[in-house]
Amino acid sequence: MNELYSTRNNNLIDPYVHVWGWEIPVYLFLGGLVAGMMIISGYFIFNGRYKEEKCSCNFLPIISIIALSLGMFALFLDIEYKVHVWRFYTTFQITSPMSWGSWILIIVYPALAAMFLINPNNMLKEKIPYIKKISEFFSKHPYLVKNIGIGNMILGGMLGIYTGILLSSLVARPLWNSSILGMLFLVSGLSSAAAFVHMIAKDRYERELLAKADNSFLVIELFIFLLFFIGLFTATQVHIDAANLMLSGSYAPVFWVFVIGLGIVIPLFIQSLAVNHKIQHTPVAPILVILGGLLLRFVIVEAGQYSKWITTTLAK
Amino acid sequence: MNSLSRRRFLKISSATVVTAATLSGSWSSIVRSAEKITDKSEKGIRKVATYCDICFWKCGAIAYVKDGKLWKVKGNPLDPLSEGRLCPRGTGGVGAHFDRDRLKSPLIRKSHRGEEKWIEVTWNEALDYIAEKMIKIKSNYGPEAVALFSHGIGGNFFKHTLKAYGSPNISAPSFAQCRGPRDVGFRLTFGEDVSSPERTDIRNARCIVLIGSHLGENMHNTQVQEFAEAIEKDASIIVVDPRYSIAASKAKYYLPIKPGTDLALILAWMNIIINEELYDKEFVDKYGFGFEQFAAEVQQYTPEWAYPETTIEPDVIRATAREMALHKPATLIHPGRHVTWYGDDAQRSRAIAMLNALMGNWGRKGGFYYPQSMDVVAYPYPEYPKSEKGKVDNPDNKYPFAHETITTGIREATLSGKPYPIKGWLVYATNLLQALPNEEETIKAIQNLDLMVVVDVIPSEIAGWADVVLPESIYLERHDDLNVEWFRDPFIAIRQPVVDTPDDQKPNWWMAKKLAEKLGLGHYYPWKDIDEYLEYRITNSGYDYNELKIKGIIQGEKQPIYFDEGVPVEFHTPTGKVEFYSLQLAQAGFDPIPKYKKPKEGPHGYFRLLYGRAPVHSFSRTQSNPVLNDMMNENEIWVNTNIAERYGLENGKYVRLKNQDGVVSNRIKIRVTERIRTDCVYMVHGFGHRSKALRSAYLKGASDAQLITKYEVDPLMGGTAMNVNFVTFEMEV
Amino acid sequence: MARYAMVIDTKKCVGCMDCVVACKTENNVPESFNRDWINFESIGKFPELHLEIRSERCNHCENPPCVHCCPTGASHFSKLGGIILVHHDLCTGCKACLASCPYDARFINPEGYADKCTFCTHRVEKGMNPACVSVCPTHCMYFGDIEDQQNQVSKLLASRKYITLIPEAGTKPHVYYLI
Ligand SMILES: Nc1nc2c(c(=O)[nH]1)N[C@H]1C(S)=C(S)[C@@H](COP(=O)(O)OP(=O)(O)OC[C@H]3O[C@@H](n4cnc5c(=O)[nH]c(N)nc54)[C@H](O)[C@@H]3O)O[C@H]1N2
Ligand SMILES: Nc1nc2c(c(=O)[nH]1)N[C@H]1C(S)=C(S)[C@@H](COP(=O)(O)OP(=O)(O)OC[C@H]3O[C@@H](n4cnc5c(=O)[nH]c(N)nc54)[C@H](O)[C@@H]3O)O[C@H]1N2
Ligand code: SF4
Ligand code: SF4
Ligand code: SF4
Ligand code: SF4
Ligand code: SF4
Ligand SMILES: [Mo]
Repeated sequence: MNELYSTRNNNLIDPYVHVWGWEIPVYLFLGGLVAGMMIISGYFIFNGRYKEEKCSCNFLPIISIIALSLGMFALFLDIEYKVHVWRFYTTFQITSPMSWGSWILIIVYPALAAMFLINPNNMLKEKIPYIKKISEFFSKHPYLVKNIGIGNMILGGMLGIYTGILLSSLVARPLWNSSILGMLFLVSGLSSAAAFVHMIAKDRYERELLAKADNSFLVIELFIFLLFFIGLFTATQVHIDAANLMLSGSYAPVFWVFVIGLGIVIPLFIQSLAVNHKIQHTPVAPILVILGGLLLRFVIVEAGQYSKWITTTLAK
Repeated sequence: MNSLSRRRFLKISSATVVTAATLSGSWSSIVRSAEKITDKSEKGIRKVATYCDICFWKCGAIAYVKDGKLWKVKGNPLDPLSEGRLCPRGTGGVGAHFDRDRLKSPLIRKSHRGEEKWIEVTWNEALDYIAEKMIKIKSNYGPEAVALFSHGIGGNFFKHTLKAYGSPNISAPSFAQCRGPRDVGFRLTFGEDVSSPERTDIRNARCIVLIGSHLGENMHNTQVQEFAEAIEKDASIIVVDPRYSIAASKAKYYLPIKPGTDLALILAWMNIIINEELYDKEFVDKYGFGFEQFAAEVQQYTPEWAYPETTIEPDVIRATAREMALHKPATLIHPGRHVTWYGDDAQRSRAIAMLNALMGNWGRKGGFYYPQSMDVVAYPYPEYPKSEKGKVDNPDNKYPFAHETITTGIREATLSGKPYPIKGWLVYATNLLQALPNEEETIKAIQNLDLMVVVDVIPSEIAGWADVVLPESIYLERHDDLNVEWFRDPFIAIRQPVVDTPDDQKPNWWMAKKLAEKLGLGHYYPWKDIDEYLEYRITNSGYDYNELKIKGIIQGEKQPIYFDEGVPVEFHTPTGKVEFYSLQLAQAGFDPIPKYKKPKEGPHGYFRLLYGRAPVHSFSRTQSNPVLNDMMNENEIWVNTNIAERYGLENGKYVRLKNQDGVVSNRIKIRVTERIRTDCVYMVHGFGHRSKALRSAYLKGASDAQLITKYEVDPLMGGTAMNVNFVTFEMEV
Repeated sequence: MARYAMVIDTKKCVGCMDCVVACKTENNVPESFNRDWINFESIGKFPELHLEIRSERCNHCENPPCVHCCPTGASHFSKLGGIILVHHDLCTGCKACLASCPYDARFINPEGYADKCTFCTHRVEKGMNPACVSVCPTHCMYFGDIEDQQNQVSKLLASRKYITLIPEAGTKPHVYYLI
C-alpha cells in the first residue's frame, strides 16, 4: 500500500481543499433559481399571459432581481481581495466561465428590469409616470415584448448552465469534471423555480401548470443524475472515487436522504397526487424541492472540493 | 566594503573556486562559481561573510542584509565545508535573529530555582553577582569547585576565563553523550580519532556502509553533500537501521536490524571477510597487530549465529560482506557520530574500526583521509594556574579510556560531593536538561549548587534553573574565535557581526572578558576587543586580516591527505600498529577483542524508544526559530502499522508515552508508518519544550530526553548510552 | 522562445526541505504558508520498501487550468519562458485557480491575492538559478531552458528516465522528476 507524507500545510488547501464555504453554494443556488424564474416568466410573457393581472410574470422579475442581488452579495463575501472586485469588469476572459458569468449577470439585470416594466403593478404606475409611459410603449409593441420573453428564456438558460460550468471547468476536481453538471444545475434551477412559483402563484391555472412542470423537471433531474454518475463511473479511477464520495462515501447520507429522497422523490410523489386531485396543493412539496435544490449545491461544492487527483506516481 | 575590494573579492573568489572545482573535479562547483559571479550585489543589499552556528559543523556563510534588515544566509563558495550551500538549518539561521522568544536582558532569579521567575538586571549587576559568588566558592572550596559546561566554539573565551580562574572542570555533551565512544574505539585501534568534521572520504567511496548514521536527516552538511555525490557516482550503499531512514531509501542493501545487536552483525561480517580471505592482506600484514588471535576469536561468529540476534538473514550478511570487500579499499564503514546507544558503544565502535582496517581503507582514497589544518598562532596569555586536585569527572581513572571530560561525571560529583564538591556551574550553549540522560539527576545536582549561571540566546529548559541568565547575541550579531578547521582542505574562517542585537544581548567574548576583570583576572585579557584579538592571530600568522574579513575564508595550500600522496604511515597505538588485539584493553581488564552481549529487553508491551534528527532542526535549539518552526513545529512518534492497529493508534491523532519508570511524556502526534520495525518506536530529539518562556515551542511534541530516565554507562570511557529506554502508549482523551 | 523547466533528481533528493526554507527567506513567504513542499511517498511493507521523495511546487504547466479559469487575467503566462505568474493588482481572490490546480500549488496570500511559486522570476531574469535550486545541498535540482538542447535540463531529460505529476490531468507540467 502507498504511504504519502506531505510537509505542506497551507490554509484552505490542507489537509483537503476547502477554498469555498457556504457562500458559493448559496450563490449557485440563487443563480439557478433566478435562471428558472427567468425562463418561466419569460415563457409567460412570450405566450402573452402577462396581460393577465394575476400572472406571476408580473412580480417574478422583481423577486429575481432581489434573489440575484443576494446571490451576488454572497459571492462578494467569498472573495478574498474585496477591493479588487471591480477587476471582474475590466476584462473579458473568454476561457473563464467565471468571467462569462460575471458578464451574463450584468446583462441579466436589464433583462429582468425590462420584463418587470412590461406590466408593473398599478400603484407604481400611478406613483412614477415615467414607468407608466414605458409600459404603455410596450403594450403598443407586442412584438418587442415577445422578444423580451425569448431573451429572458435564453439568458435564463445561459445563467442556469453557467452555474454548473463554473465548477465543471475546474480540472482539478474529478467530481466536477462533467459537462452534464451545467444541465443538472439548470434543471434543478428550473424545478426550484417552478416549485417556488407553484407555491406563490395567485392564478390557479399557473399553479396546476407549474406543479405538472415541476414534476417533469424532477423526473428529468433524476435522469440527469443517472447520466452524471454513469459519466463518472465510465471515466478514470479518480472519477469513480469521486462518484462514490456521494453515492456511498461521507456525503452519501445528505445526498440520498435530502437531495434525492426529500428533495426529489417525496415531493414528486406528493405533487403527483396533488395534480391528480387526490390531495390538496400544499406548500410542503415545493419547500422540500427548494431545500433539495439548495442542498444539492452544497453537496456538489463540498464533495467536489474533497475529490482530487491522486498524486501517486509509484506503481501500485 | 569599497568597490575596489569587492572587485578583488569577486576576482579572487571566482578564481579560487574554479581551482577548487578542478581539484575536486566536480562540474557542480564550476556552476556554483558562475552563479557566485552573476549573483552581483544590487543596491540596498549588503553582504557579510561569516560562518554558521546552528550546529557545530561551522559552514562558511554569506549573510545578506536588505535595506538594513537581515534577509538571508547562503553558503560561501570559498568554504570547503559547504562549497557554497548550507543545510536547511543554516539557510533558516536568519530566524534566530527574529525569534520572538529571545532572551532580552540579564536576569537574576527571584524565587526558588526552576520557577522561572526573574528580575531584569543590568550587565554590571549580573556579572558582579556571579563574580562575588565565584570568589566566595574559590575561598571555601577552591577554584575547581566551579565547573563549565560549554558546547561549541562560542565557549572558547569562557573556557579561557575559567582556566584563568583555576578550574580544569570543563566539559561538553559532545563526548559522553555523543561521539566519545567512537573516538575511543578508533584510538584503541588506529591510535587516532575520527574527529569532527569526520575524516571520512565519503565523496570517493565506492561502497558506503551506514550503521545508524542517518545522513539526509542528520544534515551535517559536507557529509550529506558527499553522500549525494556518492549516490550520483553509483557507489553501492548498505544501510543498517531498525528504521527505514532516508539513507536506507538510497541503499542497495537495507538491513532492518534488531536494535542493539549491531556488534553481532559486525562480528559476523568480519567472520566472512576473514574466512573467505576477502580482506586487504597487504594492509593487515604490514600494519596489523594481533590479527591471528582476532581471526581465531571471530570464528564463532558465523552469520547463522548472528541471524537470531540481529534478525538479518545469513545470506544477506554474506552478500553485504562480499559487497564491501569487492570495493575495498574504497569501502567506508561509517563510524557514526552519536554512538552512545547501548553501553558497549566503545567496543562496537572499535569493531567498526577493525572492519574498516580489514578494508585497508585507512589513509586511502574512499576511506579515512588525513585532515590538514593551517597553523595560526594562539594569542599569548599568561600561564594558567595549576590545579593540584585534578579533574573531578573521572575519580581514580574509573573510566581509563576517557580522553575528554565527562559531563555526567561532573554531575555525579556535584550530587555526591566526591571526589570533591562542585558548587558552581557555568553553562554555556548547552541545554543540559535535553542533552544529559535522566533530567532528575541533573536537577538534583543543580539543587546542590551555590551558583548556577546559564548563558543562552533563548529561555531554554536549563536557563529556567539558573540563578543568573545571561542573554547572548546570536551568531549573526557577534564575533567569535577563528575556525581553524582540520579538514580535507585546510582553511581559516571568521565569524563577524552582520546585524546589531535587537535588545541588550552581548557576545560571549565580552561577557567572559568582563567576568575575568571582575574576578581580578583582567591581565588574562590583554586585548581591548575581539577585533584586536583576531587581527593579532591572523597578522602574526602571516595572513591578511582584511582579506579574511572580506572573503570570510582563507584557504591554505592543498596538502597530501592519503598515504599514497605522501602522508607518513604512523599509528599512535602502543604497538605502533593497527591493533586487532588490544594489550591496553587486556591490561585494563577489558576484552582485547570486542565481545557481543545481548541487549536487555524491555517489559512486555513496551517498545524501545529510538530517537534521531530532523533535517530542519538542531537538537533543542531551533524549535522557536520562526523559519524552522514553520517547517516543523512538533515531532511525531513513528509507530509500525501493525502495532498501531493492535493498539488502536490513529495516524495524526495524539498519544502520551509512558516509559518503564512510569514517566509520562507530553502528548505527541502519531505517525503510523511501514518505515519502522515492530519492536521499537522513533521520535526526533529536541521537542516537547517545558520552558514556559519559550512560547512558540512550549509543549509542542514530546521530549525523548524526558523519557530517557535510564542509561547504561560505557565501562571504557563513561559515555551514557540512551537507547535503553522503553515506552508504551497512553491514550489521549 | 525559451521554455523554463525544473528537473529534480529523486535519486539524490533527501527531503531535507532546504528548498522550502530557501524559498521562505528569498521570497519572504508568509508564515505557515509554503510555495514548495516535500512529498514522501513510500510503497511496500516493511522492510521491502521503496521511497520516492519529491520537492514539489507549481509545475508552470503548458496547459494551465489556473490561467484558463481566471476571470480577470491575473493568472497569466509571463513573457519569461512560459512561467506562470499572478498579477497581484488584478487578482480578486475568487479562488477559482486554487480550486482548478490539480497540484494544489496555490494559496491565498494573507493580503488577499493568489500566491504560488514564481520560478523566482526576479532571479531568473538576472541569469541566476531559483533560490531553491541554488541552495539544494545535494545538487539534485536543475533549472533551465528545455528548448535549448545544450542545456543541462535538456540533456538530463534526454538521458534519464523521468516522470511528471498527474499527467492524466492534461496540464503538461514543466517540473520533471528523474527516477
Ligand atoms: N535525549 C537525547 N539527548 C542527546 C541527544 C539526543 O539525540 N537525544 N544528542 C546528543 C548529542 S549527539 C549532542 S551533540 C548533544 C547536544 O547537546 P547540546 O549542545 O546541549 O544541544 P542543544 O540541546 O541544542 O542545546 C544548545 C543550547 O545552546 C543554546 N544556544 C544556541 N545558540 C547559542 C548561542 O549562540 N549562544 C549561547 N550562549 N547559547 C546558544 C540553545 O538555545 C540551547 O539551549 O546532545 C546529546 N544528548
Ligand atoms: N538536522 C540535524 N542534523 C544533525 C544534528 C541535528 O541536531 N540536526 N546533530 C548533529 C550531531 S552533533 C550528531 S552527533 C549527529 C547524530 O546523528 P547520527 O550519528 O547520524 O545518528 P544517531 O543520532 O546516532 O542515530 C539515529 C539513527 O540511528 C538509528 N538507530 C537507533 N538505534 C539503532 C540501533 O540499535 N542500530 C542501528 N543500526 N541503528 C539505530 C535510528 O533509527 C536513526 O536512524 O547528527 C548531526 N547532524
Ligand atoms: S551543517 Fe547546517 S547548521 Fe551546521 S553549520 Fe553547516 S549549515 Fe549550519
Ligand atoms: S533541498 Fe534538494 S535535497 Fe533537500 S529536499 Fe529540496 S530538493 Fe531535496
Ligand atoms: S501547477 Fe497549478 S498553479 Fe501551477 S501552472 Fe499548473 S495548474 Fe497552474
Ligand atoms: S484568485 Fe486571482 S488569480 Fe486566481 S482565479 Fe481568481 S482572480 Fe484569478
Ligand atoms: S522557484 Fe523560487 S518561488 Fe519557486 S519554489 Fe523555488 S524558491 Fe520558491
Ligand atoms: Mo553530537
